[in-house]
Amino acid sequence: MALSCRHVWNHISEYIDNTLDPQVRAEVERHLATCEICSAIIDSTRNIIILMADERVFELPLDFSKRLHARLDEVLKHEDPEPLGMVPQ
Amino acid sequence: MTSPAPVDPREAASEQELISSILAGERDNFHLLIRPYEQQLYRTAFALMKNEAEAEDVVQDAVLKAYRKLAGFRGDSKFSTWLIAITLNEARARLRKENRATLDSLDAQREDGGDFTPAALTDWREVPLAALERLEIRDLIQRAVAELPDTYREIVTLRDVEELSVNDTAALLGISVSLVKVRLHRARMMLQKKLVPHLKLVGKKASKARIFGRLSWL
Repeated sequence: MALSCRHVWNHISEYIDNTLDPQVRAEVERHLATCEICSAIIDSTRNIIILMADERVFELPLDFSKRLHARLDEVLKHEDPEPLGMVPQ
Repeated sequence: MTSPAPVDPREAASEQELISSILAGERDNFHLLIRPYEQQLYRTAFALMKNEAEAEDVVQDAVLKAYRKLAGFRGDSKFSTWLIAITLNEARARLRKENRATLDSLDAQREDGGDFTPAALTDWREVPLAALERLEIRDLIQRAVAELPDTYREIVTLRDVEELSVNDTAALLGISVSLVKVRLHRARMMLQKKLVPHLKLVGKKASKARIFGRLSWL
């Protein structure tokens, strides 16, 4: 049975993650072969996922690392990690 | 893509060696231990706090806690996952204290797969990675992620920004793998609908400047 566009939209995320059941995947692919709109929707969704993972999008604030390690240093100078017995059960 | 990210055995071994050395008294090695994860922890904290300064405080507190509790890391999860879990807890505790606790207000109907119409544009096919240098695109993406409902923003951050596996995401959020998949789908579709019309405009301007790079998919 041919899938409608709306059915294909329900599978976009799993299609991109490659976790669809092989039979469903084949049906989606058959639809995509002839549907320019759904192909474009999948491509653009995939593009957004790629952009989100780009390190430049969510950058660390300036000197974040410096401040973190400075604060850490204050503790490392004086404290050992707690012995295992003190970790609450 | 759903199986846990493969752990480089050498990496894990040297991480375990670092941890042992810290517990044996070489405290300064803790700097080295956490350095690879700073950005990931910041992104996790930022997803919950939605504020740079607070996210930074959360990461600092979480890292100090991780140091103090290091002996309690048992190595049955990845060290990175353990750190992220501590960061999530720290952020949640702070939100609770400020009465800003994440309310899971998504009703069952909305989780159902539901009805949505994606933005259908056939001419935004290329990834404007080079265009990321332009603040405009970063802002658009940051804003779109920030505007997601809390539950969706957490999922998208762990899965798509930090690129954790679906399984790790489920474990960290304490929900089922299938619920992660459903929410991830909804979140990605919301982002698609919100972003594509804007990115298309930016992309058009950018393509004139010939800064598009075609990226081959994996």
